[in-house]
Amino acid sequence: MIKNSEHSYGLVAKLMHWLMALAVIGLFALGLYMVELDYYDRLYRTLPHIHKSIGILLFAVLIGRLLWRRFNPQPKPQGSPAERRIAHWVHMALYLLMVAIMVSGYLISTADGRAIEVFNWFEVPATLADIDGQEDIAGDIHEWLAWTLIALVALHALAALKHHFIDKDNTLKRMTFFKGE
Amino acid sequence: MNTYAKKALRTLITGLALSTALLTTNSAMAREYQFDIKGAHAFIQFQIKHLGFSWLSGRFNKFDGTFNWDAANPNASSVNVEIDVASLDSMHAERDKHLRGEDYLNVDKYPQATFTSTSYTDQGDGKGLLKGNLNLRGVTKEIAIDVEFIGAGKSPWGAGLHAGFRGTVALKLEDFGMRSMGPGAEHVYMTLDVEGISK
Ligand code: HEM
Ligand code: HEM
Repeated sequence: MIKNSEHSYGLVAKLMHWLMALAVIGLFALGLYMVELDYYDRLYRTLPHIHKSIGILLFAVLIGRLLWRRFNPQPKPQGSPAERRIAHWVHMALYLLMVAIMVSGYLISTADGRAIEVFNWFEVPATLADIDGQEDIAGDIHEWLAWTLIALVALHALAALKHHFIDKDNTLKRMTFFKGE
Repeated sequence: MNTYAKKALRTLITGLALSTALLTTNSAMAREYQFDIKGAHAFIQFQIKHLGFSWLSGRFNKFDGTFNWDAANPNASSVNVEIDVASLDSMHAERDKHLRGEDYLNVDKYPQATFTSTSYTDQGDGKGLLKGNLNLRGVTKEIAIDVEFIGAGKSPWGAGLHAGFRGTVALKLEDFGMRSMGPGAEHVYMTLDVEGISK
């Protein structure tokens, strides 16, 4: 049950889904919190460092997730044809937004040509740098996309709950670790 | 008239014409000078202490201005400067972004800073005190800039007279609604180095 089947997500897909869900929501809260910190706060430097490090690592996980998705069967979507179509586009939008947020975040920190240090473990060098106003534009985009992503995630979670409690199908169960399908 | 007298007269006339020409260019007329932005012979820099440990320097990359100056009558001098505040550059993108944000320069709301002089008092020895109104972050406040004359004259390459000055002033962050940068860093020290070319 490591791989997906026609009926259920496998262990790898489930782990990556929930790991990323946790990290993305965590990064959102962390992002909002850290930009309000006073310069003299003990965490003024630490939290952005953690935010960027987790964000970059998440990018690697996302690439892995998309590859894994490519070489696995997809469980059949459930619900009315309209619901299935919307679900498909929402999932695509979630992937796209995650990529765009990661790229825009990267472009903030590397706007002056500095590399990003990931947990003092390795560095990601700058590529696009020194565009006029780069850090400000990338920063505005980053913030807007983050809010958009979180709004879409709320919709996505509500839809999952609707499947579970109203449609009473196994859509939510097959993404969780509880014995369902 | 004989040829000798003619020649003498001509010499006298050309001499007179030449000296009047020389006099007018040399005589210190009040002129308007434009900051040499094209040649980047003008800099607005700031320095502020980092945690009280060291000096942090930065600059504004986009600004423009003019000044009127007459060496014979320095007290009639005046200066106008406009700064694009978002062009702040401290060689660190994340810090620049923070300094442009609401806690500091709030450039979205106040994109421009202006300085308009109200008086100049010559203190001799090429020094002087320039008073005027600085509008920064939506606050207008009278400030007094210490001015030092650096040099003036013609450049080797073209028309127009050049004149250069340095102005320095300490600004208190809180006076302009900005968060203090902590103990030992309440003030930012501004330096305006400018060379103007007469219009
Ligand atoms: C940041 C948070 C989240 C993100 C980015 C996210 C993203 C995604 C994506 C992209 C898919 C599609 C998987 C595929 O390629 O097939 C998916 C599926 C799913 N997600 Fe989420 N998700 C998040 C949070 C949640 C939450 C909080 C819930 C439940 C309350 C949830 C429940 C589900 C379920 C049930 C599926 C399977 C849908 C199906 O079988 O058609 N997700 N998620
Ligand atoms: C899904 C992943 C991410 C989410 C949800 C997220 C979310 C956020 C949020 C909500 C903020 C606060 C925005 C504001 O109020 O100004 C923020 C700020 C920031 N993020 Fe992210 N972020 C993510 C990934 C990344 C990555 C990968 C990087 C860089 C490698 C990054 C770099 C930054 C930086 C530098 C800031 C500070 C911007 C500033 O100084 O105003 N983020 N992020």
